[in-house]
Amino acid sequence: MIATIADWVGAACLVAGALLGLAAAIGVLRFPDPLSRMHAATKPQVLGVLLLLLGIALRLRSRTDLGMILLVAVFQLATAPVAAQMIGRAAYRSGRLDRDLLDADELADRGPAGST
Amino acid sequence: MTGPRPAAPDGDAERAAPRRGRLGRWRDQALALGWLVVVWNLLWGEVSWANLAGGLLVGGGVLLFFPLPAVTFAGRLRVRALVVFAVRFGVELVSASLHVARIAVQPGYRPRGAIIGVRLRVRTDLNLALTAEAVSLVPGTLILEVDRDSGTLYLHVLDTHGSAQLSIVRERTLAVERRVVRAVGSDAELRLVETDPVEKGTLP
Repeated sequence: MIATIADWVGAACLVAGALLGLAAAIGVLRFPDPLSRMHAATKPQVLGVLLLLLGIALRLRSRTDLGMILLVAVFQLATAPVAAQMIGRAAYRSGRLDRDLLDADELADRGPAGST
Repeated sequence: MTGPRPAAPDGDAERAAPRRGRLGRWRDQALALGWLVVVWNLLWGEVSWANLAGGLLVGGGVLLFFPLPAVTFAGRLRVRALVVFAVRFGVELVSASLHVARIAVQPGYRPRGAIIGVRLRVRTDLNLALTAEAVSLVPGTLILEVDRDSGTLYLHVLDTHGSAQLSIVRERTLAVERRVVRAVGSDAELRLVETDPVEKGTLP
């Protein structure tokens, strides 16, 4: 009984995670500049991966796999924002942004970028 | 920048960090080694003596050959605040994901953005890193640049509608910082965050 429920909840998680991954991909394609794209590449993508992992965990249910899945989740959470920041920073520094789409830019007001 | 900076004695003292001494460094190293051993065992999928020994060997090698600047942990873990942080983080991650997913598939919609600087009140490396990570995954914001000396995070805000919303984002970022400090900060840092409701974190 519980196994059946876990299977179905796991399946729902897999579908939801896949849909979020799809939305993230559409966002990366459609958003106008790199900075907006990194939003799509972090938030829905991370949650999508977490849901996929949860779904896999609910269907596999073995201790060996749970440890591995936990590790993947932890590293996903720890590394995705860092990767997004590096790409965003590179995009900003090389001027690949659409200033017409910006309401404010306090980083430019800071003055010459000396310190990092 | 004129006037006195907001006091953050802990931040400066810790960054210099010679006075914490050998014992604190050994404790930090031991914690790092313990974490690496746990990771090693999880990777192999089972806890056994061979894996513990292998983990110690590999972890020791990693710490020896890839030394990192020490991240000093001066505070203490508060379990309740940690749970509050985790739950709020989960809720915000879900709402952020749905928000971005929605504007991603909305036909003909071009989101506007803004880049703002938010000055954090606690300027330790640990707080900067944790807050930056958490802020990247909560609604609407993404870290662009970290100014470590002044403890300022520069954020890209997606889908803005005017400047009123920007101050909301500032306050939300500072709220994230408050939850981080409540969970892992020291008592002095906690006072700094709690007794400073006026400071909106705006740049001069």
